[in-house]
Amino acid sequence: MLKNRIIPCLDVKNGRVVKGINFVDLKDAGDPVEQAKIYSDGGADEICFLDITASNENRDTIYEVVEKTSKKCFVPLTVGGGVRSVDDINKLLNCGADKVSINTAAVENSKVVVDSSKKFGSQCIVVAIDAKKNGDKWEVFTHGGRNNSRIDALEYAKKMEDSGAGELLVTSMDRDGTQVGYDIELMSKISSKVNIPLIASGGVGNLDHLVEGIKSGKASAVLAASIFHYGKYSVKEAKQYLESKGIPVRT
Amino acid sequence: MNVTIVDYKSGNISSVINSFKEVAKNKVKIEVTSDLGKIKSTDKVVLPGQGSFKSCVDALQSINGLVDCLNDFVMNKKKPLLGICVGLQMFADVGYEESETKGLGWIPGKVTKIDNKKGKYKLPHIGWNQINIVKESKIFKDIKDKSHMYFVHSYEFVPTDKNSILATTDYSSNHVCAVEKENIFGTQFHPEKSDKTGLKIINNFINL
Repeated sequence: MLKNRIIPCLDVKNGRVVKGINFVDLKDAGDPVEQAKIYSDGGADEICFLDITASNENRDTIYEVVEKTSKKCFVPLTVGGGVRSVDDINKLLNCGADKVSINTAAVENSKVVVDSSKKFGSQCIVVAIDAKKNGDKWEVFTHGGRNNSRIDALEYAKKMEDSGAGELLVTSMDRDGTQVGYDIELMSKISSKVNIPLIASGGVGNLDHLVEGIKSGKASAVLAASIFHYGKYSVKEAKQYLESKGIPVRT
Repeated sequence: MNVTIVDYKSGNISSVINSFKEVAKNKVKIEVTSDLGKIKSTDKVVLPGQGSFKSCVDALQSINGLVDCLNDFVMNKKKPLLGICVGLQMFADVGYEESETKGLGWIPGKVTKIDNKKGKYKLPHIGWNQINIVKESKIFKDIKDKSHMYFVHSYEFVPTDKNSILATTDYSSNHVCAVEKENIFGTQFHPEKSDKTGLKIINNFINL
């Protein structure tokens, strides 16, 4: 039976972890490799790096991070943030990323998704959708949530599936950072609309939220940051809890 | 001993390279190449594969002499080869992804799309699934039945001869996820991404 996945996400800036594990004795708290290894050893099903490097001159730092991590972690590694072109995707994959997530570039030009999924296969193309509720619909935001594209998130999700995305990483901007739980309505609506797996993100504050994301949100995988970084729960505890609620997980 | 990973410019093989180097340490030389001379003289070959069946077959054929070289390695010299994901699928006679495409024909059978049961099952089949080991194999030494492996695929290999099946997995239906025929081995899942259990399979292959 296919298991639901738990994916911890680490924010990386200029090659250093800025939002990551904050409770164990780390030799170097900013080292992405060390943090990714802790998660993969702890049973994380995949690791996600979000590169939030702002300046262009430091963009290349992520490549080194990915290269080093992929030599130490033998679970799938997804990298996103600032991915603009097929060439960027190529570079990340060559450094050892298994999947690349595309956000703003996919909204601006869906050809990036079409071309990259043809070139590298859909299995490594994740389209990240940042959505915010407006009335009875959700709109897609770009540039780290700063710009409203006014595009309908549900229609966009379908379009991305048709363009060749292998998975969708859906973040509710209303919930991100609030710890009140995923936007279940958004997740389940998108998941029902497409036939590719959905990774739910944004808003996790406790383990019941992970259960809701999978059961009610119909997510194949759940992404979380803070609840793991601050030691509130370990990935292992999360899996035990999910299992106790009848959700299949890898143990 | 030399293990050669065939680099035929199809998809991303960094993870395969990293995992084999991790397992091999410095005891076994891991080479990554499409050089026919090197493949001819190596001890073992790894055939990765990402993207579509057609794109992988096309990429193999675009390197002059590579298919003949692999045929000779496997069929005449009978040296061990491990196919991963589409690398395994290409063992078949024919594949139906994109368009009907002839495969390497090493293990009789075809590669068809997983039945998603009218949308009940999402495709690709992505994530960790358990394998049902149906036959003993040297590459499964110390691997427990029902071990979790990492999968990413929408197509499945359907071999004609069920005797070549080593393991199956359940997604939509019970489908083949590992095969063995004499010196030819293949996994539909990605041992290179399947954590310690996956690395053990790689180690078993290196130690064949």
